[in-house]
Amino acid sequence: MQLIDLRGVSCPTNFVKAKLVLEDLENGEIVQILLDDGEPVKNVPRSLQADGHKLIGLQQTSEGHYILEVEKNEE
Amino acid sequence: MSDTTPKIDLSNLKAGGFIKQRGKDLFTVRLRVPGGRMRIERLKRIAEVAGKYGGEFVHLSVRQSIELIDINFRHFDAVVAELGEAGQKVASCGARIRVPVACGGCEYNPNGLVDTQKSALDVDEKLFGTPTGHHKFKVAFAGCPFDCPKSATNDIGFQGAILPVLNKTECISCGLCTKSCVPKALEIGADKKPEFISEKCIWCGDCLKVCPTSAWSEEKRGYTVRIGGKWGRNPLVGTLFATFLPEEQVVAFIETVLAWYREKAETRGRIRLGDVIIAEGVRSLLDRLRKEYSDHVVADTIPPQIIATQTGIQS
Repeated sequence: MQLIDLRGVSCPTNFVKAKLVLEDLENGEIVQILLDDGEPVKNVPRSLQADGHKLIGLQQTSEGHYILEVEKNEE
Repeated sequence: MSDTTPKIDLSNLKAGGFIKQRGKDLFTVRLRVPGGRMRIERLKRIAEVAGKYGGEFVHLSVRQSIELIDINFRHFDAVVAELGEAGQKVASCGARIRVPVACGGCEYNPNGLVDTQKSALDVDEKLFGTPTGHHKFKVAFAGCPFDCPKSATNDIGFQGAILPVLNKTECISCGLCTKSCVPKALEIGADKKPEFISEKCIWCGDCLKVCPTSAWSEEKRGYTVRIGGKWGRNPLVGTLFATFLPEEQVVAFIETVLAWYREKAETRGRIRLGDVIIAEGVRSLLDRLRKEYSDHVVADTIPPQIIATQTGIQS
């Protein structure tokens, strides 16, 4: 499974980066995205969902950042 | 001189919107732009008319109008006619219901909870220019509790609201909603799912927006209504009179408040709604509203709140 580390990347750059990675995947493939707490974790999941992708899970790690699991779904 | 002066249709002046400015024969012409939305074709026409009859610039007013500057009164009829061809009307001033202000609404703005643009157009179409008999009457629509239009500083301010409800089986216990809830109306329960503390909720809908699985949905949607606000020399902040007012009841609700205002301001002269509420007490207006909007009017409220802007020590 591909891992995209978007920690330290601010909004909306993090969303656009995630989008570009997802573009290269096949529908049904799953990626893990690391997101900072705060605005990134509030914005990126819902923006990806609005694009049609499927959110599978979202959990905070003991270090404070979040791991988002997304299944690519476009068209 | 009178031979060269075109005949002026003074009925254009009565409705207001032509404001005497500095400079002989010159007026500012305030345009009617409900909710601040301006179609591009209309904007082009305004630019043409402003260039032809006005000065070097236009002014974007605080209440979302475009104002043409340096218009000679002899050109009023031509300005009105040429703007009218593009559907652009002149606004009003004086003791009337003014052009409503609104945020961008919900069609493209992801924060918007209700269609404030539709409400603003509706109120503009049905109530714009209605004389109050006393003083100006301002209405504003905010699409969510972020409240960019500062709704509570209007005679009636509408603020979009959502009452959230949780489907626990869809919840994945990520904790995002609890963390995002500014008024702390959500707490993690024993089952690791959020518990809703309704009395703390300000109905902003952040929990719905942030939820990755759409476990939160809306139980009710409508406007939070605050009445009696104004700014100026003696600012008042309007207070809560109704919750979750359906969008289609907005016009009738304003009409009811206006009828109460007209009646209670009788003999009080040039007085704003908020000062009438302070003089009469909130009970009178609450009781009147409850006759028609019992499902939405609050049980009790406080009068519009005076903001002391002149406090501090002057040297």
